[in-house]
Amino acid sequence: MKKIIKGRTWVFGDDIDTDVIIPGKYLRTTDMQVFADHAMEGIDPDFSKKVRPGDIVVGGNNFGCGSSREQAALALKYAGVACVVAKSFGRIFFRNAINVGLPLMEADVKCDEGDEIEVDLENGKVTVNEKEYTGNKLPDFLLGILSSGGLVPYRKTIQENK
Amino acid sequence: MGTISEKIFSRASGKDVKADDFTMAKIDYAMAHDGTSILAVRAFKAMEVNSVWDPSRIIIPFDHLVPANNESTATLQFNIRKWVLEQGIEHFYDVGSGICHQVLPEQGFALPGKLIVGADSHSCTYGAFGAFGTGVGATDMAEIFATGELWFKVPQTIKVTSHGSLNNMITAKDLVLHIVGKVGADGATYKAMEFYGQTISELSISGRMTLCNMAIEMGAKAGIVPADKITFDYLQDRAAEEYEPVYADEDANYIKDFQINASDLEPQVALPHQVDNVVSVSEVPKTKVDQVFIGTCTNGRLEDLELAAKVLKNEKVAVRTIIIPASREVMKEALVNGTLATLLEAGATIGMPGCGPCLGGHMGVIAPGEVCVSTSNRNFRGRMGTGGYIYLASPATAAASAITGYITDPREI
Repeated sequence: MKKIIKGRTWVFGDDIDTDVIIPGKYLRTTDMQVFADHAMEGIDPDFSKKVRPGDIVVGGNNFGCGSSREQAALALKYAGVACVVAKSFGRIFFRNAINVGLPLMEADVKCDEGDEIEVDLENGKVTVNEKEYTGNKLPDFLLGILSSGGLVPYRKTIQENK
Repeated sequence: MGTISEKIFSRASGKDVKADDFTMAKIDYAMAHDGTSILAVRAFKAMEVNSVWDPSRIIIPFDHLVPANNESTATLQFNIRKWVLEQGIEHFYDVGSGICHQVLPEQGFALPGKLIVGADSHSCTYGAFGAFGTGVGATDMAEIFATGELWFKVPQTIKVTSHGSLNNMITAKDLVLHIVGKVGADGATYKAMEFYGQTISELSISGRMTLCNMAIEMGAKAGIVPADKITFDYLQDRAAEEYEPVYADEDANYIKDFQINASDLEPQVALPHQVDNVVSVSEVPKTKVDQVFIGTCTNGRLEDLELAAKVLKNEKVAVRTIIIPASREVMKEALVNGTLATLLEAGATIGMPGCGPCLGGHMGVIAPGEVCVSTSNRNFRGRMGTGGYIYLASPATAAASAITGYITDPREI
Protein backbone atom coordinates (compact mmCIF):
# COMPACT_ATOMS: atom_id res chain seq x y z
CA MET A 1 0.00 0.00 0.00
CA LYS A 2 1.28 3.41 -0.93
CA LYS A 3 1.24 5.79 2.03
CA ILE A 4 0.42 8.73 -0.18
CA ILE A 5 -1.94 8.16 -3.08
CA LYS A 6 -2.23 10.75 -5.83
CA GLY A 7 -4.71 10.58 -8.64
CA ARG A 8 -7.39 12.07 -10.84
CA THR A 9 -10.89 12.22 -9.30
CA TRP A 10 -14.28 10.88 -10.26
CA VAL A 11 -16.91 12.68 -8.18
CA PHE A 12 -20.24 11.17 -7.10
CA GLY A 13 -23.02 12.35 -4.77
CA ASP A 14 -24.69 10.99 -1.63
CA ASP A 15 -26.05 7.47 -1.05
CA ILE A 16 -24.19 5.73 -3.90
CA ASP A 17 -25.53 2.23 -3.27
CA THR A 18 -24.04 -1.16 -4.04
CA ASP A 19 -26.67 -1.85 -6.73
CA VAL A 20 -25.36 1.04 -8.83
CA ILE A 21 -21.71 0.17 -8.07
CA ILE A 22 -22.26 -3.39 -9.33
CA PRO A 23 -25.77 -4.50 -10.40
CA GLY A 24 -26.96 -7.85 -8.99
CA LYS A 25 -27.05 -9.56 -12.38
CA TYR A 26 -23.24 -9.57 -12.60
CA LEU A 27 -22.58 -11.23 -9.24
CA ARG A 28 -22.63 -14.91 -10.18
CA THR A 29 -19.00 -15.32 -11.14
CA THR A 30 -15.58 -15.30 -9.54
CA ASP A 31 -14.05 -13.51 -12.53
CA MET A 32 -12.87 -10.14 -11.20
CA GLN A 33 -12.78 -8.72 -14.75
CA VAL A 34 -16.58 -9.04 -14.97
CA PHE A 35 -16.98 -6.88 -11.85
CA ALA A 36 -14.45 -4.37 -13.21
CA ASP A 37 -16.19 -4.16 -16.61
CA HIS A 38 -19.47 -3.18 -14.94
CA ALA A 39 -18.18 -0.92 -12.15
CA MET A 40 -20.53 2.03 -11.47
CA GLU A 41 -22.69 0.89 -14.38
CA GLY A 42 -25.90 1.85 -12.58
CA ILE A 43 -24.93 5.53 -12.51
CA ASP A 44 -22.37 5.88 -15.32
CA PRO A 45 -22.45 3.04 -17.88
CA ASP A 46 -19.15 4.23 -19.44
CA PHE A 47 -17.24 4.47 -16.15
CA SER A 48 -15.22 1.30 -16.69
CA LYS A 49 -14.09 2.56 -20.10
CA LYS A 50 -13.14 6.01 -18.81
CA VAL A 51 -11.46 5.17 -15.51
CA ARG A 52 -7.67 4.81 -15.54
CA PRO A 53 -5.47 2.89 -13.11
CA GLY A 54 -4.69 5.10 -10.13
CA ASP A 55 -7.83 7.24 -10.32
CA ILE A 56 -9.58 8.17 -7.09
CA VAL A 57 -13.33 8.08 -6.44
CA VAL A 58 -14.80 10.87 -4.30
CA GLY A 59 -18.26 10.37 -2.82
CA GLY A 60 -20.63 12.15 -0.45
CA ASN A 61 -22.53 10.69 2.49
CA ASN A 62 -23.12 6.95 2.86
CA PHE A 63 -21.00 5.76 -0.07
CA GLY A 64 -21.51 2.04 -0.68
CA CYS A 65 -24.74 1.74 1.30
CA GLY A 66 -26.94 -1.29 0.76
CA SER A 67 -25.94 -4.86 0.15
CA SER A 68 -23.07 -6.81 1.72
CA ARG A 69 -21.81 -7.71 -1.76
CA GLU A 70 -18.02 -7.55 -1.64
CA GLN A 71 -18.11 -7.40 -5.43
CA ALA A 72 -18.79 -3.64 -5.05
CA ALA A 73 -15.35 -3.03 -3.53
CA LEU A 74 -13.79 -5.56 -5.92
CA ALA A 75 -15.38 -3.85 -8.96
CA LEU A 76 -13.77 -0.52 -8.07
CA LYS A 77 -10.43 -2.13 -7.19
CA TYR A 78 -10.17 -4.16 -10.39
CA ALA A 79 -11.41 -1.23 -12.49
CA GLY A 80 -8.20 0.46 -11.32
CA VAL A 81 -9.50 2.77 -8.60
CA ALA A 82 -6.65 3.43 -6.17
CA CYS A 83 -8.65 4.91 -3.31
CA VAL A 84 -12.16 6.04 -2.31
CA VAL A 85 -12.69 9.22 -0.31
CA ALA A 86 -16.18 9.97 1.02
CA LYS A 87 -17.87 11.95 3.77
CA SER A 88 -19.16 8.65 5.21
CA PHE A 89 -19.46 5.03 4.08
CA GLY A 90 -21.99 2.24 4.31
CA ARG A 91 -20.34 0.24 7.09
CA ILE A 92 -20.20 -3.11 5.26
CA PHE A 93 -18.64 -1.47 2.18
CA PHE A 94 -16.08 0.14 4.51
CA ARG A 95 -15.07 -3.24 5.95
CA ASN A 96 -15.12 -4.93 2.53
CA ALA A 97 -12.85 -2.30 0.97
CA ILE A 98 -10.22 -2.78 3.67
CA ASN A 99 -10.56 -6.56 3.43
CA VAL A 100 -9.91 -6.60 -0.32
CA GLY A 101 -7.11 -4.05 -0.07
CA LEU A 102 -8.90 -1.01 -1.49
CA PRO A 103 -7.77 2.03 0.54
CA LEU A 104 -10.41 4.47 1.70
CA MET A 105 -10.79 7.48 3.93
CA GLU A 106 -13.63 9.42 5.47
CA ALA A 107 -13.21 13.09 4.59
CA ASP A 108 -15.57 15.88 3.54
CA VAL A 109 -13.76 17.07 0.43
CA LYS A 110 -14.88 19.71 -2.07
CA CYS A 111 -13.60 19.14 -5.58
CA ASP A 112 -14.65 18.87 -9.20
CA GLU A 113 -14.38 15.83 -11.39
CA GLY A 114 -10.92 15.51 -12.86
CA ASP A 115 -9.16 17.47 -10.10
CA GLU A 116 -5.89 15.98 -8.90
CA ILE A 117 -6.15 14.80 -5.30
CA GLU A 118 -3.62 13.55 -2.76
CA VAL A 119 -4.62 11.17 0.02
CA ASP A 120 -2.25 10.69 2.97
CA LEU A 121 -3.57 7.54 4.66
CA GLU A 122 -1.15 7.45 7.58
CA ASN A 123 -1.85 11.02 8.63
CA GLY A 124 -5.52 11.17 7.67
CA LYS A 125 -5.13 14.14 5.33
CA VAL A 126 -6.51 14.88 1.87
CA THR A 127 -5.16 17.69 -0.31
CA VAL A 128 -6.94 19.03 -3.37
CA ASN A 129 -6.63 22.37 -5.18
CA GLU A 130 -3.99 23.41 -2.63
CA LYS A 131 -6.46 23.01 0.23
CA GLU A 132 -5.83 20.45 2.96
CA TYR A 133 -8.72 18.58 4.56
CA THR A 134 -8.51 16.55 7.76
CA GLY A 135 -10.16 13.17 7.42
CA ASN A 136 -10.72 10.30 9.82
CA LYS A 137 -7.43 8.46 10.04
CA LEU A 138 -7.88 4.70 9.95
CA PRO A 139 -6.89 2.84 13.14
CA ASP A 140 -3.40 1.31 12.89
CA PHE A 141 -4.64 -2.30 12.73
CA LEU A 142 -6.74 -1.48 9.65
CA LEU A 143 -3.79 0.29 8.02
CA GLY A 144 -1.91 -2.95 8.76
CA ILE A 145 -4.50 -5.02 6.89
CA LEU A 146 -4.32 -2.57 3.96
CA SER A 147 -0.51 -2.74 3.98
CA SER A 148 -0.71 -6.52 3.64
CA GLY A 149 -2.98 -6.09 0.61
CA GLY A 150 -6.16 -7.15 2.40
CA LEU A 151 -7.43 -9.58 5.02
CA VAL A 152 -6.55 -12.80 3.14
CA PRO A 153 -2.81 -12.06 2.84
CA TYR A 154 -2.90 -10.62 6.39
CA ARG A 155 -4.42 -13.85 7.75
CA LYS A 156 -1.92 -15.95 5.75
CA THR A 157 0.97 -14.07 7.31
CA ILE A 158 -0.46 -14.74 10.77
CA GLN A 159 -0.90 -18.45 9.93
CA GLU A 160 2.68 -18.72 8.64
CA ASN A 161 4.09 -17.07 11.75
CA LYS A 162 2.22 -19.40 14.09
CA MET B 1 -24.31 1.18 32.40
CA GLY B 2 -24.93 -0.56 29.13
CA THR B 3 -27.11 -0.64 26.05
CA ILE B 4 -28.09 -4.04 24.65
CA SER B 5 -25.23 -3.82 22.13
CA GLU B 6 -22.65 -2.91 24.79
CA LYS B 7 -23.77 -5.82 26.96
CA ILE B 8 -23.79 -8.38 24.13
CA PHE B 9 -20.33 -7.28 22.97
CA SER B 10 -19.02 -7.36 26.54
CA ARG B 11 -20.17 -10.97 26.90
CA ALA B 12 -18.85 -11.94 23.45
CA SER B 13 -15.49 -10.19 24.05
CA GLY B 14 -14.94 -11.60 27.52
CA LYS B 15 -14.38 -8.11 28.94
CA ASP B 16 -16.39 -4.95 29.58
CA VAL B 17 -16.60 -2.80 26.47
CA LYS B 18 -18.55 0.35 25.74
CA ALA B 19 -19.58 2.31 22.65
CA ASP B 20 -16.67 3.33 20.37
CA ASP B 21 -14.31 0.64 21.78
CA PHE B 22 -12.66 -1.66 19.25
CA THR B 23 -12.95 -5.28 20.30
CA MET B 24 -12.49 -8.87 19.13
CA ALA B 25 -15.73 -10.74 19.67
CA LYS B 26 -16.57 -14.44 19.52
CA ILE B 27 -19.35 -15.18 17.05
CA ASP B 28 -22.25 -17.40 18.18
CA TYR B 29 -23.58 -18.17 14.70
CA ALA B 30 -22.23 -17.36 11.23
CA MET B 31 -24.35 -17.42 8.08
CA ALA B 32 -23.51 -17.17 4.39
CA HIS B 33 -25.96 -17.85 1.53
CA ASP B 34 -25.38 -19.04 -2.04
CA GLY B 35 -24.67 -15.46 -3.18
CA THR B 36 -22.00 -14.55 -0.62
CA SER B 37 -20.55 -17.98 0.17
CA ILE B 38 -19.02 -18.09 -3.33
CA LEU B 39 -16.47 -15.42 -2.42
CA ALA B 40 -16.38 -16.38 1.28
CA VAL B 41 -15.33 -19.97 0.47
CA ARG B 42 -12.84 -18.67 -2.08
CA ALA B 43 -11.30 -16.33 0.53
CA PHE B 44 -11.32 -19.10 3.17
CA LYS B 45 -9.40 -21.41 0.83
CA ALA B 46 -6.94 -18.62 0.00
CA MET B 47 -6.27 -18.18 3.73
CA GLU B 48 -4.87 -21.74 3.70
CA VAL B 49 -6.65 -22.73 6.89
CA ASN B 50 -7.53 -26.43 6.84
CA SER B 51 -10.80 -26.54 8.69
CA VAL B 52 -13.48 -24.17 9.90
CA TRP B 53 -13.53 -23.12 13.55
CA ASP B 54 -16.80 -24.89 14.39
CA PRO B 55 -18.97 -26.63 11.77
CA SER B 56 -21.92 -26.68 14.22
CA ARG B 57 -22.10 -22.86 14.28
CA ILE B 58 -22.03 -22.22 10.54
CA ILE B 59 -25.30 -22.02 8.61
CA ILE B 60 -25.46 -22.07 4.81
CA PRO B 61 -28.92 -21.53 3.27
CA PHE B 62 -29.35 -21.36 -0.51
CA ASP B 63 -31.87 -18.64 -1.32
CA HIS B 64 -30.59 -15.94 -3.69
CA LEU B 65 -30.54 -17.59 -7.10
CA VAL B 66 -32.31 -20.90 -6.59
CA PRO B 67 -32.86 -23.22 -8.31
CA ALA B 68 -29.81 -22.34 -10.41
CA ASN B 69 -30.72 -20.30 -13.51
CA ASN B 70 -27.79 -21.38 -15.72
CA GLU B 71 -24.69 -23.58 -15.82
CA SER B 72 -22.43 -20.92 -14.36
CA THR B 73 -24.61 -20.49 -11.22
CA ALA B 74 -25.10 -24.26 -11.01
CA THR B 75 -21.32 -24.79 -11.02
CA LEU B 76 -20.73 -22.19 -8.32
CA GLN B 77 -23.45 -23.81 -6.18
CA PHE B 78 -22.02 -27.28 -6.86
CA ASN B 79 -18.68 -26.07 -5.51
CA ILE B 80 -20.25 -24.67 -2.35
CA ARG B 81 -22.11 -27.94 -1.68
CA LYS B 82 -18.81 -29.78 -2.10
CA TRP B 83 -17.11 -27.46 0.42
CA VAL B 84 -20.04 -27.87 2.85
CA LEU B 85 -19.53 -31.66 2.75
CA GLU B 86 -15.73 -31.43 3.03
CA GLN B 87 -15.96 -29.16 6.07
CA GLY B 88 -18.82 -31.07 7.68
CA ILE B 89 -20.98 -27.93 7.95
CA GLU B 90 -23.92 -29.13 10.04
CA HIS B 91 -26.58 -26.65 8.99
CA PHE B 92 -26.95 -26.60 5.23
CA TYR B 93 -30.34 -25.66 3.77
CA ASP B 94 -30.59 -26.37 0.07
CA VAL B 95 -32.90 -25.04 -2.65
CA GLY B 96 -36.47 -24.44 -1.48
CA SER B 97 -35.81 -24.24 2.27
CA GLY B 98 -36.35 -20.51 2.20
CA ILE B 99 -34.69 -17.14 2.69
CA CYS B 100 -31.75 -17.16 5.12
CA HIS B 101 -33.35 -14.57 7.41
CA GLN B 102 -36.48 -16.72 7.69
CA VAL B 103 -34.67 -20.05 7.97
CA LEU B 104 -32.38 -19.02 10.87
CA PRO B 105 -35.28 -17.97 13.14
CA GLU B 106 -37.37 -21.00 12.16
CA GLN B 107 -34.48 -23.33 12.98
CA GLY B 108 -33.96 -21.61 16.32
CA PHE B 109 -30.60 -19.91 15.71
CA ALA B 110 -31.87 -16.34 16.18
CA LEU B 111 -31.76 -16.21 19.98
CA PRO B 112 -31.82 -13.40 22.54
CA GLY B 113 -28.40 -12.16 23.60
CA LYS B 114 -26.49 -13.94 20.82
CA LEU B 115 -24.01 -12.34 18.42
CA ILE B 116 -25.02 -13.50 14.95
CA VAL B 117 -23.09 -12.41 11.88
CA GLY B 118 -24.33 -13.02 8.36
CA ALA B 119 -22.75 -12.43 4.98
CA ASP B 120 -25.86 -10.50 4.00
CA SER B 121 -26.76 -6.94 4.88
CA HIS B 122 -30.22 -7.85 6.19
CA SER B 123 -28.76 -10.00 8.96
CA CYS B 124 -30.01 -7.23 11.25
CA THR B 125 -33.35 -9.11 11.07
CA TYR B 126 -32.23 -11.30 14.01
CA GLY B 127 -32.52 -8.23 16.24
CA ALA B 128 -36.24 -9.03 16.32
CA PHE B 129 -35.30 -11.73 18.87
CA GLY B 130 -33.11 -9.51 21.06
CA ALA B 131 -29.94 -10.73 19.33
CA PHE B 132 -27.20 -8.54 17.90
CA GLY B 133 -27.45 -9.51 14.23
CA THR B 134 -25.28 -7.76 11.68
CA GLY B 135 -24.06 -8.11 8.11
CA VAL B 136 -20.52 -8.40 6.78
CA GLY B 137 -18.93 -9.16 3.42
CA ALA B 138 -17.40 -12.37 2.14
CA THR B 139 -13.82 -11.96 3.39
CA ASP B 140 -14.98 -11.08 6.92
CA MET B 141 -17.09 -14.24 6.76
CA ALA B 142 -14.01 -16.23 5.70
CA GLU B 143 -12.18 -14.81 8.73
CA ILE B 144 -15.04 -16.04 10.96
CA PHE B 145 -14.99 -19.46 9.26
CA ALA B 146 -11.27 -19.61 10.09
CA THR B 147 -11.21 -18.20 13.62
CA GLY B 148 -14.75 -17.79 15.00
CA GLU B 149 -13.92 -14.19 15.84
CA LEU B 150 -14.15 -10.77 14.22
CA TRP B 151 -13.17 -7.20 15.12
CA PHE B 152 -15.93 -4.71 15.79
CA LYS B 153 -16.30 -1.14 16.84
CA VAL B 154 -18.97 -1.28 19.54
CA PRO B 155 -21.75 0.93 18.19
CA GLN B 156 -23.45 3.87 19.82
CA THR B 157 -27.20 3.36 20.07
CA ILE B 158 -30.24 5.34 18.95
CA LYS B 159 -33.35 4.66 21.05
CA VAL B 160 -36.62 4.67 19.13
CA THR B 161 -39.88 4.70 21.09
CA SER B 162 -43.13 4.22 19.20
CA HIS B 163 -46.35 5.19 20.99
CA GLY B 164 -49.86 3.97 20.26
CA SER B 165 -51.40 1.02 18.42
CA LEU B 166 -51.42 0.49 14.66
CA ASN B 167 -54.82 0.90 12.98
CA ASN B 168 -56.56 -1.64 10.75
CA MET B 169 -54.54 -2.39 7.56
CA ILE B 170 -51.51 -0.55 8.98
CA THR B 171 -48.55 -2.87 9.44
CA ALA B 172 -45.00 -3.11 10.74
CA LYS B 173 -43.89 -2.27 7.18
CA ASP B 174 -45.71 1.06 7.29
CA LEU B 175 -44.15 1.72 10.69
CA VAL B 176 -40.61 1.00 9.54
CA LEU B 177 -41.00 2.91 6.25
CA HIS B 178 -42.17 5.87 8.33
CA ILE B 179 -39.11 5.52 10.61
CA VAL B 180 -36.74 5.22 7.62
CA GLY B 181 -38.32 8.36 6.13
CA LYS B 182 -37.75 10.30 9.36
CA VAL B 183 -34.28 8.99 10.25
CA GLY B 184 -32.96 8.98 6.66
CA ALA B 185 -30.93 6.47 4.65
CA ASP B 186 -27.75 7.42 6.52
CA GLY B 187 -29.33 8.54 9.80
CA ALA B 188 -28.09 5.55 11.77
CA THR B 189 -24.84 4.76 9.92
CA TYR B 190 -22.38 2.82 12.13
CA LYS B 191 -24.97 2.83 14.97
CA ALA B 192 -27.33 0.36 16.58
CA MET B 193 -31.03 1.03 17.13
CA GLU B 194 -33.18 -0.24 20.00
CA PHE B 195 -36.96 -0.24 19.58
CA TYR B 196 -39.39 0.33 22.48
CA GLY B 197 -42.97 1.40 23.19
CA GLN B 198 -46.51 0.11 22.96
CA THR B 199 -46.48 -0.26 19.17
CA ILE B 200 -43.41 -2.51 19.32
CA SER B 201 -44.68 -4.60 22.26
CA GLU B 202 -47.86 -5.28 20.28
CA LEU B 203 -46.03 -6.39 17.12
CA SER B 204 -45.92 -10.11 16.37
CA ILE B 205 -42.55 -11.79 15.82
CA SER B 206 -43.25 -11.48 12.10
CA GLY B 207 -43.79 -7.71 12.42
CA ARG B 208 -40.68 -7.29 14.55
CA MET B 209 -38.66 -9.08 11.87
CA THR B 210 -40.03 -6.66 9.25
CA LEU B 211 -39.03 -3.74 11.48
CA CYS B 212 -35.50 -4.93 12.31
CA ASN B 213 -34.91 -6.11 8.73
CA MET B 214 -34.94 -2.51 7.52
CA ALA B 215 -32.55 -1.10 10.16
CA ILE B 216 -29.77 -1.40 7.56
CA GLU B 217 -31.78 0.92 5.28
CA MET B 218 -30.90 3.66 7.77
CA GLY B 219 -27.29 2.51 7.75
CA ALA B 220 -27.64 0.80 11.14
CA LYS B 221 -25.31 -1.97 12.26
CA ALA B 222 -28.18 -3.61 14.16
CA GLY B 223 -31.83 -3.02 15.04
CA ILE B 224 -32.95 -4.68 18.27
CA VAL B 225 -36.28 -5.37 19.98
CA PRO B 226 -35.79 -6.58 23.56
CA ALA B 227 -37.01 -10.15 24.05
CA ASP B 228 -40.38 -10.60 25.77
CA LYS B 229 -43.15 -13.20 26.08
CA ILE B 230 -43.90 -13.02 22.33
CA THR B 231 -40.24 -13.87 21.65
CA PHE B 232 -40.11 -16.69 24.19
CA ASP B 233 -43.36 -18.20 22.88
CA TYR B 234 -41.95 -18.28 19.33
CA LEU B 235 -38.72 -19.88 20.54
CA GLN B 236 -40.47 -22.55 22.59
CA ASP B 237 -39.57 -25.88 20.93
CA ARG B 238 -37.35 -24.07 18.38
CA ALA B 239 -34.32 -22.72 20.25
CA ALA B 240 -31.14 -24.45 19.02
CA GLU B 241 -29.46 -23.97 22.41
CA GLU B 242 -29.88 -22.22 25.74
CA TYR B 243 -29.89 -18.46 25.75
CA GLU B 244 -29.69 -15.57 28.15
CA PRO B 245 -31.80 -12.53 27.22
CA VAL B 246 -30.00 -9.20 27.47
CA TYR B 247 -31.69 -5.93 28.36
CA ALA B 248 -30.44 -2.37 28.47
CA ASP B 249 -29.76 -0.86 31.89
CA GLU B 250 -31.97 1.99 33.04
CA ASP B 251 -29.08 4.42 32.88
CA ALA B 252 -27.84 3.20 29.47
CA ASN B 253 -26.39 5.94 27.32
CA TYR B 254 -28.20 6.71 24.04
CA ILE B 255 -26.95 9.24 21.54
CA LYS B 256 -30.45 10.03 20.33
CA ASP B 257 -33.95 9.52 21.68
CA PHE B 258 -36.41 9.32 18.82
CA GLN B 259 -40.16 9.43 19.64
CA ILE B 260 -42.97 8.64 17.24
CA ASN B 261 -46.73 8.34 17.46
CA ALA B 262 -47.94 5.42 15.37
CA SER B 263 -51.65 5.62 16.23
CA ASP B 264 -52.47 7.96 13.33
CA LEU B 265 -50.08 6.35 10.82
CA GLU B 266 -51.37 5.88 7.26
CA PRO B 267 -50.12 3.30 4.73
CA GLN B 268 -46.61 4.36 3.72
CA VAL B 269 -44.86 4.12 0.34
CA ALA B 270 -41.15 4.62 -0.47
CA LEU B 271 -40.90 6.23 -3.92
CA PRO B 272 -38.08 5.42 -6.37
CA HIS B 273 -35.10 5.40 -6.06
CA GLN B 274 -34.42 6.08 -2.40
CA VAL B 275 -35.60 4.06 0.58
CA ASP B 276 -36.07 7.21 2.65
CA ASN B 277 -38.22 8.91 0.00
CA VAL B 278 -41.30 7.97 2.03
CA VAL B 279 -44.82 9.44 1.79
CA SER B 280 -48.33 8.43 2.85
CA VAL B 281 -50.16 6.49 0.15
CA SER B 282 -52.61 9.41 -0.22
CA GLU B 283 -49.73 11.63 -1.33
CA VAL B 284 -48.59 9.27 -4.13
CA PRO B 285 -49.56 10.69 -7.55
CA LYS B 286 -51.75 8.36 -9.63
CA THR B 287 -49.25 5.68 -10.66
CA LYS B 288 -49.93 2.82 -13.05
CA VAL B 289 -48.43 -0.46 -11.92
CA ASP B 290 -46.96 -3.19 -14.17
CA GLN B 291 -46.05 -5.78 -11.54
CA VAL B 292 -46.77 -6.49 -7.90
CA PHE B 293 -44.31 -8.54 -5.87
CA ILE B 294 -45.17 -9.82 -2.39
CA GLY B 295 -42.43 -11.71 -0.59
CA THR B 296 -38.77 -11.34 0.58
CA CYS B 297 -37.10 -11.35 4.00
CA THR B 298 -39.07 -8.18 4.75
CA ASN B 299 -42.61 -9.37 4.00
CA GLY B 300 -42.79 -13.00 2.90
CA ARG B 301 -44.10 -14.53 6.12
CA LEU B 302 -47.44 -16.22 6.81
CA GLU B 303 -48.91 -13.06 8.37
CA ASP B 304 -47.98 -11.13 5.20
CA LEU B 305 -49.49 -13.71 2.83
CA GLU B 306 -52.64 -13.88 4.98
CA LEU B 307 -52.99 -10.10 4.86
CA ALA B 308 -52.59 -10.12 1.08
CA ALA B 309 -55.20 -12.91 0.87
CA LYS B 310 -57.59 -10.91 3.04
CA VAL B 311 -57.38 -7.99 0.59
CA LEU B 312 -57.54 -10.23 -2.52
CA LYS B 313 -60.39 -12.50 -1.37
CA ASN B 314 -63.15 -12.58 -4.02
CA GLU B 315 -61.19 -10.07 -6.13
CA LYS B 316 -59.12 -10.41 -9.32
CA VAL B 317 -55.69 -8.95 -9.89
CA ALA B 318 -55.40 -6.47 -12.76
CA VAL B 319 -51.64 -6.81 -13.17
CA ARG B 320 -49.15 -9.66 -12.92
CA THR B 321 -48.80 -10.48 -9.25
CA ILE B 322 -45.90 -12.60 -8.00
CA ILE B 323 -46.13 -13.97 -4.48
CA ILE B 324 -43.16 -15.80 -2.98
CA PRO B 325 -43.37 -17.36 0.50
CA ALA B 326 -40.26 -16.73 2.61
CA SER B 327 -39.75 -20.40 3.45
CA ARG B 328 -41.01 -23.93 2.98
CA GLU B 329 -42.58 -23.74 6.46
CA VAL B 330 -44.45 -20.55 5.50
CA MET B 331 -45.54 -22.06 2.18
CA LYS B 332 -46.79 -25.23 3.85
CA GLU B 333 -48.81 -23.33 6.45
CA ALA B 334 -50.26 -21.06 3.77
CA LEU B 335 -51.17 -24.14 1.75
CA VAL B 336 -52.82 -25.95 4.65
CA ASN B 337 -54.87 -22.95 5.84
CA GLY B 338 -56.15 -22.06 2.37
CA THR B 339 -54.23 -18.80 1.94
CA LEU B 340 -52.50 -19.97 -1.23
CA ALA B 341 -55.84 -21.05 -2.74
CA THR B 342 -57.29 -17.59 -2.13
CA LEU B 343 -54.26 -15.96 -3.75
CA LEU B 344 -54.37 -18.30 -6.75
CA GLU B 345 -58.13 -17.75 -7.20
CA ALA B 346 -57.41 -14.01 -7.36
CA GLY B 347 -55.01 -14.65 -10.24
CA ALA B 348 -51.71 -14.36 -8.40
CA THR B 349 -48.67 -16.49 -9.27
CA ILE B 350 -46.94 -18.36 -6.46
CA GLY B 351 -43.17 -18.84 -6.67
CA MET B 352 -40.93 -21.20 -4.76
CA PRO B 353 -39.42 -20.03 -1.45
CA GLY B 354 -36.38 -17.78 -1.86
CA CYS B 355 -35.40 -14.18 -2.56
CA GLY B 356 -37.13 -14.15 -5.96
CA PRO B 357 -36.73 -10.99 -8.06
CA CYS B 358 -35.82 -8.69 -5.14
CA LEU B 359 -32.23 -8.32 -6.31
CA GLY B 360 -32.95 -8.51 -10.01
CA GLY B 361 -31.60 -12.00 -10.59
CA HIS B 362 -34.61 -13.94 -11.88
CA MET B 363 -38.31 -14.78 -11.36
CA GLY B 364 -39.74 -11.32 -12.03
CA VAL B 365 -37.10 -8.92 -13.34
CA ILE B 366 -38.78 -5.76 -14.71
CA ALA B 367 -38.26 -4.01 -18.04
CA PRO B 368 -36.96 -0.44 -18.50
CA GLY B 369 -39.74 1.99 -17.57
CA GLU B 370 -41.83 -0.61 -15.75
CA VAL B 371 -43.26 0.02 -12.29
CA CYS B 372 -43.21 -2.62 -9.56
CA VAL B 373 -44.92 -2.30 -6.20
CA SER B 374 -42.77 -4.49 -3.98
CA THR B 375 -42.90 -5.52 -0.34
CA SER B 376 -39.09 -5.77 -0.31
CA ASN B 377 -36.68 -3.42 1.43
CA ARG B 378 -34.79 -1.68 -1.39
CA ASN B 379 -35.91 0.49 -4.28
CA PHE B 380 -32.41 1.37 -5.50
CA ARG B 381 -32.01 2.39 -9.13
CA GLY B 382 -31.83 -0.65 -11.38
CA ARG B 383 -32.11 -3.19 -8.55
CA MET B 384 -34.92 -5.24 -10.13
CA GLY B 385 -33.86 -4.41 -13.68
CA THR B 386 -32.18 -1.48 -15.43
CA GLY B 387 -34.55 1.46 -15.90
CA GLY B 388 -37.27 0.04 -13.63
CA TYR B 389 -39.17 1.88 -10.89
CA ILE B 390 -39.67 0.21 -7.50
CA TYR B 391 -42.24 1.44 -4.97
CA LEU B 392 -41.90 -0.15 -1.52
CA ALA B 393 -45.09 -0.84 0.43
CA SER B 394 -46.83 -3.25 2.80
CA PRO B 395 -48.43 -6.50 1.62
CA ALA B 396 -51.85 -4.83 2.09
CA THR B 397 -50.97 -1.86 -0.13
CA ALA B 398 -49.31 -4.16 -2.67
CA ALA B 399 -52.39 -6.41 -2.83
CA ALA B 400 -54.76 -3.44 -3.14
CA SER B 401 -52.60 -2.05 -5.96
CA ALA B 402 -52.73 -5.44 -7.71
CA ILE B 403 -56.53 -5.22 -7.82
CA THR B 404 -56.79 -1.69 -9.24
CA GLY B 405 -53.56 -1.62 -11.28
CA TYR B 406 -52.65 1.66 -9.59
CA ILE B 407 -50.94 2.36 -6.27
CA THR B 408 -53.88 2.10 -3.91
CA ASP B 409 -54.74 2.59 -0.24
CA PRO B 410 -55.78 -0.86 1.07
CA ARG B 411 -58.46 0.74 3.24
CA GLU B 412 -60.34 1.69 0.05
CA ILE B 413 -60.79 -1.93 -1.11
